[in-house]
Amino acid sequence: MKPFRYEKASGVAAACASAAEPAAKFIAGGTNLVDLMKLQIETPAHLVDINALPLRGIEETSENGLRIGALVSNSALAADIRVRRQYPLLSQALLSGASGHLRNKATTGGNLLQRTRCPYFYDTTKPCNKRVRGSGCAALHGLNRMNAVLGVSDNCIAAHPSDMAVAMTALGAQIETVTRDGDTRTIPIDALYRAPGDTPDIETVLVPGELIRSVVLPPPPSGRQVYRKVRDRASYAFGLVSVAMIVAHDNDRVRTARVAFGGLSYKPWRSHEAEAALAGATLTRASYDAAGKAALKNARGYGHNNFKIPLARRTLRATLADATESI
Amino acid sequence: MARSSDTPFQVTRRTVLETGATTAAVSFIGHSQLALAAGLAGDETPPEPVSVEFQVNGRALALTIDPRTTLLDTLREHLGLTGTKKGCDQGQCGACTVIVNGQRINSCLTLAAMHERNEIVTIEGLAKGDDLHPMQAAFVHHDGLQCGYCTPGQICSAVAMLAEHEAGWPSYATADVGTQPALTHAEIAERMSGNICRCSAYANIVAAIRDVAEGGRT
Repeated sequence: MKPFRYEKASGVAAACASAAEPAAKFIAGGTNLVDLMKLQIETPAHLVDINALPLRGIEETSENGLRIGALVSNSALAADIRVRRQYPLLSQALLSGASGHLRNKATTGGNLLQRTRCPYFYDTTKPCNKRVRGSGCAALHGLNRMNAVLGVSDNCIAAHPSDMAVAMTALGAQIETVTRDGDTRTIPIDALYRAPGDTPDIETVLVPGELIRSVVLPPPPSGRQVYRKVRDRASYAFGLVSVAMIVAHDNDRVRTARVAFGGLSYKPWRSHEAEAALAGATLTRASYDAAGKAALKNARGYGHNNFKIPLARRTLRATLADATESI
Repeated sequence: MARSSDTPFQVTRRTVLETGATTAAVSFIGHSQLALAAGLAGDETPPEPVSVEFQVNGRALALTIDPRTTLLDTLREHLGLTGTKKGCDQGQCGACTVIVNGQRINSCLTLAAMHERNEIVTIEGLAKGDDLHPMQAAFVHHDGLQCGYCTPGQICSAVAMLAEHEAGWPSYATADVGTQPALTHAEIAERMSGNICRCSAYANIVAAIRDVAEGGRT
């Protein structure tokens, strides 16, 4: 690990001011950042520990939603009885991620901001535009089985690894932040992440010193909620493809559906195309396949990850069949 | 009690029992293993040390350490508590599992400095004198190990996992997350997936955990 100055932040304003300094970083759970610091992929000169900040609460909002503090652990959020009963999709997604140990440490804010697990991002002997801007992308023609197929560029095909954020995207969560100047803003989760373009090292719209304070869930949506994750082993593995779905249906037709994919892009991928195809669609295999086709219309494989495109279509179909108890 | 030397600090169960809740102040600046543990290259200036106080197995400690030191390295290299194992050192194997404020975590992925006033329990802290913790006894009875390297992590994880289940936490194996599931084989396997056993003693590990969960060994 490179040397750094360690500071325990005593308040939100002080934390933001400290983290706005050059090469400063917040640390919360540390489950991703400490690993990256050991490998010298992250080399903060100044580490601002925010664990003492009062951001561990989960409270109901006046709109009957939930406001989740940024330091709420993944375990605590998954076990919250309101989340389990009203947003089971979110509990399922959280519980599908990592291990019990990691979920006890990992936080809500940190989960959103975790870095990709692209093997070339971790391999400092290989080029990676996300790690060193302008160095190239080894994944493009490399072992890219885990990489993205939607919304990425030839500069970076890294996939976002979160499960939690996929569920939050389907739920339409809002991210509340505070800046070094004390200003607050609310960012829809779908607008938090920046497309890689030619600056894949800049991953979010957050500015230096801007702290995620909370995540707000809108009131529980009507319809059945399902999170389905496909991975190489039954537990404790990153997803190849996942689907977060909220679907309301009648006897023979879908009324409304919300669909977000994990494992396919630089961010949790909300598929408005699939949602449009499903609105009013019959509960049939043909409808589900049409939705899958629409969702993956602009997908591009890079060799080893070509399988993700048909896998995503099939996973969508299976999730729909499960959620509507049809076909 | 202050010391600064190249000899790793030795903590035995006896000294822990004798010293009780008194605070031991421990300084490790200049410790040759410190640089090793923190991955410090020879030509770099060490960072400003930080102070942190926490309890390990009921004993209050005040440490002054390089901020880069993980909790795992602090336990093993500085406190001599080598029961906690370093497997992958990247949060993938669970050999370094310890219980912090009642919850199991990977001690390799957290800095010691981040644990101010925390209560840490390691495998050395589970037995009461010569009486094994029920989970330790069950692992012995069911032969829940072969080489034994993952065992301290498995046992600490299992103890805290049962507390999670007792508190009503669901898992990914829970069909309806709105309910509290029974601790079936599938539930135990899912909840213990963060502890890898390369000897694959899983069948006996699950049997040991079921035994304790069902009150067979208390």
